[in-house]
Amino acid sequence: MNTAIASSTARQPTDWNAGPMQRRIRARYRAEKRFRFYGLFAVLLSAGFLAFLLVTMVSSGARGFTQTQIALPVNFAGSDIFLEPSQLEGEDRDQLLAQADFQGLAQQSAIAAYGEEGLDLLSNGAWVLLRDAISADPTLLTRNETLWVPASTEVDFAARGDSGAGQSEERDAMIVRYAELDAADQVRRTLSWNFLTLADSSDPTLVGIWGALKGSLLTMTITLLLAFPIGVLTAVYLEEYAPENRWTDIIEVSINNLAAVPSIIFGLLGLAVFINVFYLPRSAAIVGGLTLALMTMPVIVIAGRNAIKSVPPSIRDAALGIGASPVQVLTHHVLPLSLPGILTGTIIGMSRALGETAPLLLIGMRAFVATPPSGFTDPATVLPVQIFLWSDELDPGFVEKTSAAIIVLLLFLLAMNGIAIWLRNKYEQRW
Amino acid sequence: MNNVGDMMNDAMDTHAEPIADAPLVAPDTLKMTARNVDVYYGAKQAIDNVSIDIGMENVTAFIGPSGCGKSTFLRCLNRMNDTIPIARVTGQIELDENDIYDPSMDVVQLRARVGMVFQKPNPFPKSIFENVAYGPRIHGLATSKSELDQIVEKSLIRAGLFEEVKDRLNDSGTALSGGQQQRLCIARAIAVDPEVILMDEPCSALDPIATAKIEELINDLRGKYAIVIVTHNMQQAARVSQRTAFFHLGTLVEYGETSDLFTNPSKDRTKDYITGRYG
Repeated sequence: MNTAIASSTARQPTDWNAGPMQRRIRARYRAEKRFRFYGLFAVLLSAGFLAFLLVTMVSSGARGFTQTQIALPVNFAGSDIFLEPSQLEGEDRDQLLAQADFQGLAQQSAIAAYGEEGLDLLSNGAWVLLRDAISADPTLLTRNETLWVPASTEVDFAARGDSGAGQSEERDAMIVRYAELDAADQVRRTLSWNFLTLADSSDPTLVGIWGALKGSLLTMTITLLLAFPIGVLTAVYLEEYAPENRWTDIIEVSINNLAAVPSIIFGLLGLAVFINVFYLPRSAAIVGGLTLALMTMPVIVIAGRNAIKSVPPSIRDAALGIGASPVQVLTHHVLPLSLPGILTGTIIGMSRALGETAPLLLIGMRAFVATPPSGFTDPATVLPVQIFLWSDELDPGFVEKTSAAIIVLLLFLLAMNGIAIWLRNKYEQRW
Repeated sequence: MNNVGDMMNDAMDTHAEPIADAPLVAPDTLKMTARNVDVYYGAKQAIDNVSIDIGMENVTAFIGPSGCGKSTFLRCLNRMNDTIPIARVTGQIELDENDIYDPSMDVVQLRARVGMVFQKPNPFPKSIFENVAYGPRIHGLATSKSELDQIVEKSLIRAGLFEEVKDRLNDSGTALSGGQQQRLCIARAIAVDPEVILMDEPCSALDPIATAKIEELINDLRGKYAIVIVTHNMQQAARVSQRTAFFHLGTLVEYGETSDLFTNPSKDRTKDYITGRYG
C-alpha cells in the first residue's frame, strides 16, 4: 500500500478557488437554503391549517355559548296553576311542580304578550324555566313577573340579522319581526351558562354539553386508572423481569399489534365481553372506560418500554453498585427517569381515547342522554359521540351547538395535555 | 494477524501452567480471595481459572490490554455480573472467608460492603447531597437528619470534594466537572462505609489534572479500604498500587509487588506488555 502511494505521480495541490469548486460551494449553499425553506413551508402550511380550523370553530361555535332570549311577562297569580307558596315547602313539592301545567302557562303568556304567533317565538322548552323559577322562588306565584326565556330557533336565526336573509319568506318576515322586538327591548342576546350546565335535548335552544362533558370525565377517569398502572407495570415487567424466550416474544408482538388494531374492534370486544359476559350496564361510563383502557394500554406499554430502555445503564450500575435492590433501582431511579417518556405515551393514548367515537357507539354510548350521569354506571355519552349526534340533527340550531361542543372538546384535550406536559416538565431530569 | 495467532498459542500453552502461589498477602490482612474462577458469557469463556488474594492494606491494580477480562473479573468481586443474564461464574470468591456466591449471601449487603466506582462518572441526576446520602439512606445507616448530614460531609471530605462543593450541596451532581463527578461517585461509594472499593478504570474519562487528583485520593484512602483498581495505564498502576496483577486473554498471567512486576517481570508476556510490545 505504502509503496503504491509513494510511486504515484506527485500530488497536485487542490485549487479551492477554481471555478467548478466555487460553483459547487454556491450550489451547496443554495441546497441548504432550499431545504430550510421546505421545512419552513411545511411548518407554515400546518400552522395555517390549524389556524383555519381554530378560526372556523371559534367563529361558528362562539354563538353556541350565547342564547337569544325573549321577555315573557307571566301572570302567575292569575294563572291556572293553583299552587300556594306554602305548599311548595312540603315534601311533595317535586310532585306538585310536576303536576302543574307550566307548559300551558308559558303558551298562554306568550299568546297574551305577542298574539297568536307568540307560540312560535318561544322555545318549546321555555316552560321548564318557569318551573325552575317557581322552584327557586315560590313567592313568584303571587306576582306578575317578566321572565327572560329562551327564544325559538327561528328567532335565534333572525338574530343573526342579514346573514340569514333571502333564504325564505318566513325567515325574512322573522327578521323584520325580530327588529321590532329588538327595538321594544323584548329580545336580547346574552352569554348563557346553559350550554355548559345542561345535557342533551331535542330542542337546540336548550341543549347543553355538561352531560357529555361529565360522561367524558368519568370515562377518562376509568381509562386512566386502568390503563396507566397496568400499562406501566407491564412495561416494567417486560423490560426488567421477563426472561427472553418465545412467550415474551409472543407477548411483545401481540402488544405491538394491539396498538394498531382499529378502534371499532375494541368496541366489539367491549360489547362481547363487558356487556354480554359480565353484564355491565349498557351505555355506561364504566364500560366505555374499560373499552378505551384496552385501547390505550398498548400505547402506554410501548412508550413505557422505550422510556425504561432509554435510562442509561450507568445509572442502574451506580445504584446497584452501592447496594440498591432491584426494586429500589426501579422505583428510585429507573421509573422517575423514564416518567417523562411514560407520560408522553400516556398523553398520546389518552388524547386518542378522548377523541374516540367508534368503539363507544358499539357499547351503546350513542343513546340520547338528557340527564348528566351521576356515576360510573349511569347512562352517559361522551363529547365526540355528542358531536357526532348533533352533527346528524336536522334542526339548523344544532350547527352552532356542534361547533361549540367541538370547542369544549378541544379545550378539554388542551387541559388534559397541559396537565401531562406540566407533570412531564416537573419530573424531567437531565444528565 | 500472525502476532495475534502467536498470542493465542501462548495462551493455550499457559493454560495448565500453575499460578505462582507464593503467599503474597499476609493472612491477617487478607480481605478477598478468589480460587479457580471461570466466567462465561454464553459459550464464550471470558475468565479462565483465575486465583488471586486481595489484601486490606494495599491498593491492588489489575492491568492488561483491552478485552483481557480484568473488568469482568473485577465485576465478579461484588457480583455486578449478576445483572448480565448470560454471564455465568464458577469457582470460589470469598470475602472475609465467606463465599460471596453462596445462596445465603445477600447480594445487596455484599455490594454495600464491596463498593464500586465506574469507568464513566455516573452521578445520579439529583443534588450532590442526595447523591451521597442515597446509599446511607437505603441501608438505614443514619437514624437522624443530622447524622445523615455528618455522613455526607465526612464522605465528601474523604473524597476531597467537600471544599469545592460545600456551598452548593443542593446543586445537581451532573453539573459538576468530570473529575468532580468521579470524586462525587467515590464519595457516594464511601458513604455506605464499604470494606472494599472496586474502581473500574476510574480515570479513563478524565483529563490529566483530574486524574492526578483521583490518584492522590486513592493514595489517601489506602489502608482505610481495600482498593482494587483496574487500569490500562501502566504508569497509573505503578503510581497508585502496591500490588499488580497482569491479565491477558482471560488469564491471570502474573501477580506480584508492583515494584517487582514492573522492574523484573517473571513472565515473557508481562515483559512484552509493560515494555509496550502489545496492548
